[in-house]
Amino acid sequence: MKNPLKSSSETNLPWWRRELRFLDRALNPLSRGLMLVAAVLFALVVLFPLWRITLVAPQYQEGLRLTIYAYQLVGGNGGQDLVEINNLNHYIGMKPIEESDFVEITWLPFVLGIFVILSLRAAVLGRISQVIDILVLFTYLGLFSLGLFYHRLYTYGHDLDPKAPMTIEPFTPVIIGKNKIANFVQWSYPSVGGWLMLLIPVVLVLAVWFSRKGRRA
Amino acid sequence: MKYKFSSSIILGSILAALLGGCSAGDPETANTSGDSLAEKSFVAPGEKDEFYLFYSGGHSGQVFVAGIPSMRHIVTIPVFSPYPGTGYGFDDESRAMLGEYTWGDVHHPGLSQTDSLYDGRWLFVNDNANNRVARIDLRDFKTKQILGPIPNSSGNHGSSFVTENTEYILVATRFSVPLPKGRVAPMESYADEFNGMVSGIKVDQETGEMSLGWQILTPPFNWDLGSTGKGPSSGWAFWTSYNTEMAHETLEVNASQRDRDYAAFVNWKSAEQAVADGKAEMIDGVPVLDPSAVPGVMYFVPVGKSPHGVDTDPSGRWIVASGKLQPTTTVYDFEKVLAAIEAEDFQDTFRGIPVLNYDAIAEGEVPVGLGPLHTQYDGEGNAYTSLYIESAVAKWKLPPWTEEQRADMESIVTDKMPVHFNIGHLVVGGSDTREPYGKWLVAMNKLSKGRHANVGPSQPESSQLIDISGEKMEMVFEAYTEPEPHFAQILKVDAIEPIEVYPKAENHHPHAVWSLDEGTTWREGDTVHAKIVAVRSRFGPEKIEAKVGDKLVIHVTNIEQTSDMIHGLGISEHNINVVIDPGETKTITLDLKKPGVFPFYCTNFCSALHQEMQGYLVVEPAGETAMSQ
Repeated sequence: MKNPLKSSSETNLPWWRRELRFLDRALNPLSRGLMLVAAVLFALVVLFPLWRITLVAPQYQEGLRLTIYAYQLVGGNGGQDLVEINNLNHYIGMKPIEESDFVEITWLPFVLGIFVILSLRAAVLGRISQVIDILVLFTYLGLFSLGLFYHRLYTYGHDLDPKAPMTIEPFTPVIIGKNKIANFVQWSYPSVGGWLMLLIPVVLVLAVWFSRKGRRA
Repeated sequence: MKYKFSSSIILGSILAALLGGCSAGDPETANTSGDSLAEKSFVAPGEKDEFYLFYSGGHSGQVFVAGIPSMRHIVTIPVFSPYPGTGYGFDDESRAMLGEYTWGDVHHPGLSQTDSLYDGRWLFVNDNANNRVARIDLRDFKTKQILGPIPNSSGNHGSSFVTENTEYILVATRFSVPLPKGRVAPMESYADEFNGMVSGIKVDQETGEMSLGWQILTPPFNWDLGSTGKGPSSGWAFWTSYNTEMAHETLEVNASQRDRDYAAFVNWKSAEQAVADGKAEMIDGVPVLDPSAVPGVMYFVPVGKSPHGVDTDPSGRWIVASGKLQPTTTVYDFEKVLAAIEAEDFQDTFRGIPVLNYDAIAEGEVPVGLGPLHTQYDGEGNAYTSLYIESAVAKWKLPPWTEEQRADMESIVTDKMPVHFNIGHLVVGGSDTREPYGKWLVAMNKLSKGRHANVGPSQPESSQLIDISGEKMEMVFEAYTEPEPHFAQILKVDAIEPIEVYPKAENHHPHAVWSLDEGTTWREGDTVHAKIVAVRSRFGPEKIEAKVGDKLVIHVTNIEQTSDMIHGLGISEHNINVVIDPGETKTITLDLKKPGVFPFYCTNFCSALHQEMQGYLVVEPAGETAMSQ
């Protein structure tokens, strides 16, 4: 018996189906290795800080630091910097920044764990489609997280208590870059975990690229 | 442009010539230009000094901390006197430490040592007036303990010199009185009924807690200054005395009759052992040794007329003592002292205490100048002696001396620097350790007349910074100080790492509260308690209700953990002001005697809304119920 899929003659498929046929291809050993690397990177993202926000002012030249991990929020100087940031923010009526508000840190390590498993699965079973799934899901996760992050910063900067001692224009703290808020200069940049998150899609694309002409699974 | 350039050179030359012309007639600044001197002591804004100078505040009862080389006053550490600036003496704890006294007379600060080097743990200071010793912890620059009035001790001047591993702090009686204290005897019986005492205050190595170790009964001399041994003189302590005449009136004349007075050389390890062996008699709760009955504990050493300072050199071999009424200072060789004791080479005994043979133990007399008081060392074989009458510092060479030098002792004095005016103590960093820092000398002068802008009759003292790194001493800077620096200690800034906040985890105060909603007030009988939080920029609670006749106990916690975020709590018309450092809880107890609504407020400027940080103490007239009930 002929394979019914094959029998329907490849040339008869519409062009976009033909274009997607590479999804069925197997991963070669190099790509499988890259998927192992990706699995490790996903795991490392959980361990390393994702983002760091630093506030510098004349009387805080050493800076007040806030470090965001996938699973926790850490103030610099043994946690004291977060207390200090909240202490200062109460003058402009900003809600205290509390770890419990960051619901994503309860599920983010779990989701990253799923990505570790998916990457290991792709490394073992070795299909390009599996890599593409991870890439698409991870891009979605990344954009969703950044959107959530922006929303949170927007809310902090706009949801200000009207009875606060100091009235300031509502603002959105910057996500990447430098921004001046009153006497503070705010710096916000990805940290090790954040850069690893940017590196992961590159590894995934390379895994696909090196196996683009391989045999079909 | 060129014109401007050349004219400024000409102008500069004229100025230089004028300045040069001026300084030529002024020997102490003859070889220096103001610019290079300014550079030496200049510490730019934002830069830090290299050394701490802990100088005694004399009868102000405080210790002052300045920086070297800038000589800038950095902070005042209150010890024996209340100090509203830091709220010292207003809260229950510091009030209990001060006891019934509101002043003390701080003379000689002593840094704790380990193996004859500063270890940066504690600074000890004495109270010459009320016979006390205090310990300042260098972790937070706060007074932690005041011991005293010390029994059997009256006028604690020969203090607070520290032994080589901070085993003991030396204490001695400047004044002799009938013992035990509280007993009265006629003045005419002074020689027989009055006594002096030298003591060792024991220091707990873990906590720094001070307690009485041993005391040694002495004839009624006036004990003056002390010093501790190391190296060959390890285990020994030295005090000078005046008034071996045992006069009790007009000491100025009557205590200046003998050509030589006595220093006491005390083997404190033997004293410690004798006490352990039960050879002491308990007087007023303290084990007291009679040195005539316990041989080997105390020896007398003849010293030039009416001596003041006695200072051990960094090697521990040379002990230098100066008779302030003669123009020389005597260097004793401690190895010869040990040999003389071994050979029982005594020239006399005084009330059963052996007097060592002066000629057998003196290495030589150095003609330093008029009124020699104290000697410090730079660790390079040089000694620096303050000359009160001559108003100068003499630099001279320690032994060993060559035969040529011995033949011409004048040649040993290598430099002399005038100071302004009437120097008392002088200090070289680490002089009392086995590794002095050298580099700087601070002359602490008793008079500053005419050196500063006129401030009326009540004039400050002057402290002058002298560079001793070169062959010749160089006067670099002078500062004016509150009354009254006696002695000082110099410590490298990087030798310690003081905390900047009290960590919350270390606060074990039973009534500390850490959030605004925990702050509360409650009543127990006639006592109203309040647990108050101080945080930028409010108190919580900000209302305390009580009535006349109540006792009010306030526990206020500064919940900040940020450096320099200090709050105060001043209560209007109640003579209360405490200052609470970040992470600290202080307790205040006061009796409410008058009705009214009394504001309390933050006294230590804390934030942009500091002025808003306030509350009310509502005191109802006696017998009426609180308005809110």
